[in-house]
Amino acid sequence: MTETTQKKHLFDNPRNVERLLKGFYVICIILIIADFIIHRHTTMGWEKIPAFYAFYGFIACVVLVVVAKIMRKVVMRKENYYDE
Amino acid sequence: MSELPPFLLYFIAAFLVPASRGRVRKIILLVTPIVAALHIWLNIDTGVLSTYSVLNIELTFMRTDKLSLIFAYLFCLASFIATIFALQVNDTKQETAGLVYVGSALGAVFAGDLITLFIFWELLAISSVVFIWARGTERAIDTGMRYLIFQVLSGVFLLAGALVQYQATGSLAFDHIGLEGIASWLIFIAFGIKSAFPFLHNWLTDGYPEATATGTVFLSAFTTKVAVYALARGFAGEEILVYIGITMACFPIFYAVIENDLRKVLAYSLINQVGFMVTGIGIGTALALNGAVAHAFSDVIFKGLLFMTMGVVLHRVGHINGSSLGGLYKSMPKTTAFCIIGALSISAFPLFSGFVSKSMVMAALVQEDYSYLWLFMLFASAGVFHHAGIKIPYFAFFAHDSGLRPKEAPINMLIAMGLAATLCIFIGTQPQYLYSLLPWEADYWPYDVTHVLTQLQLLFFSALAFVWLNKRGIYPPELRSTNLDVEWIYRKFLPAGIHRGLIFFRNAKESTMTAAIAPMYSIRYSFSQSTIAKYHLSESWPTGSMVLWISIILVAYLLLDIFVYG
Repeated sequence: MTETTQKKHLFDNPRNVERLLKGFYVICIILIIADFIIHRHTTMGWEKIPAFYAFYGFIACVVLVVVAKIMRKVVMRKENYYDE
Repeated sequence: MSELPPFLLYFIAAFLVPASRGRVRKIILLVTPIVAALHIWLNIDTGVLSTYSVLNIELTFMRTDKLSLIFAYLFCLASFIATIFALQVNDTKQETAGLVYVGSALGAVFAGDLITLFIFWELLAISSVVFIWARGTERAIDTGMRYLIFQVLSGVFLLAGALVQYQATGSLAFDHIGLEGIASWLIFIAFGIKSAFPFLHNWLTDGYPEATATGTVFLSAFTTKVAVYALARGFAGEEILVYIGITMACFPIFYAVIENDLRKVLAYSLINQVGFMVTGIGIGTALALNGAVAHAFSDVIFKGLLFMTMGVVLHRVGHINGSSLGGLYKSMPKTTAFCIIGALSISAFPLFSGFVSKSMVMAALVQEDYSYLWLFMLFASAGVFHHAGIKIPYFAFFAHDSGLRPKEAPINMLIAMGLAATLCIFIGTQPQYLYSLLPWEADYWPYDVTHVLTQLQLLFFSALAFVWLNKRGIYPPELRSTNLDVEWIYRKFLPAGIHRGLIFFRNAKESTMTAAIAPMYSIRYSFSQSTIAKYHLSESWPTGSMVLWISIILVAYLLLDIFVYG
């Protein structure tokens, strides 16, 4: 065990995490810029909003998590709730 | 040869397995799916119809068309992968049940009439519960019982529907049914239970996380997909399915976000994926139906892959709670990689299998002008990525280091996961092979600049939301907990209601007893105090004196009758 715990792994180094996140942010920015360069064909009204999919994805997930958190107040019980 | 039903091969193997042991048994287990697949591939073409007669009713064992064939290929493939994954398990019960289970799924998709379908429908139920009971815990026994009640109930609805239809039309044929009349609704509910419609879904989220590490891989592939097949054949184009499907796609993702048991997260996301299929069936155009079937195909493989990776974690660590996992990538890098491939596939990343199948349903929604519903489905798509695509790999393999250093998966499990992962990428990059198997004629190609760009935007910004919420500390932590779902009604509310009801009736009985008995005692008491009580006859009651007095009265009647009225 001692051997494995001493071994440094990829994300043990915070700089690697930082690098990964930076790369991720860069891709996000590129995707937004691409939206203005590439002409995408649209069929529905709201698709015409610039970077619609990016905004929608972001907002959808924030709403999802916030609602789920509120839901926890209503539905969350102890782990052995049904066994009692 | 073409008339030999493929399910027989599995059933024969199910007899051979308990009679064999060791290596021979493993060979039987592995060879059966291959032989069945080759038999279907080489000998069975579309348009086969083989019937048999029971009690003057003609039943159809085999009815083949492209719809039944693609599901048959899928089931052989899925059972092959799941068998490899479960190869190190030496449990006769599970091995036999697995063969019966897969055989029944094959029997169901080839069934040409409702009675044959019913037989395999119930066999699916009975054989599959073994995977839950095999866990052996008291909790698993209870869960299995609840699971079985739902499954058998579904069969009862199916049989009732079949009989009503036979009564009304004289036909038991299983073709397009459509929602008209009581028979069709009964059958619709039967299919609905098995495909986990909202409010009827809890057998799935209750049962699948309780099954054995390898059992859930089997379970996730067959039951709901047989139901999807049955809906596609019987109820294609019923608009109500669009709304049911969208509900199925949307509500489970909220539960998936807060659920701690990672296999339960996958169970919720299974409902979410079936929601896309049900929506496709409800739209009913060739493209939408193809999308539903294609998505069933890719879902079996990527969901199987995800359940396999979580099965490995359960197998190695002994539990699957997100709250006490993390950092497993350090000691299980291969499993981690396979999990990420499964996650990318379910999230519909370009080049992975979910992308080429789910987009057909989305495109069909746009074509049929369901623009508001399309927004809901887009929400569900983003949500899938969030809970299945990021949450599963992140909390199991990364997140905070739990200190756990389990060994990498056994070789057979790695092979099974590798096969599934390869298929995910193969279907995603070479979709033409899957498309050529699809039952309906529809021209569709998923890869164009707009589609790839918009999908990447959707997914990357969903991921960005995850990163942002996590950094801000808003993301809900994994907590050991139970989240109430519809099952609360029958596991808490109704039992508590019945309990209270019983107490109420007991109290009511007691109070009426006291209310009625007190006056009775007082009447008896006052009688004993009265003068009549002193009378000779009421003092002693020997039977003899009663008989004597009755005979005296009778004699008196007789004499009166003879002399007075005579």
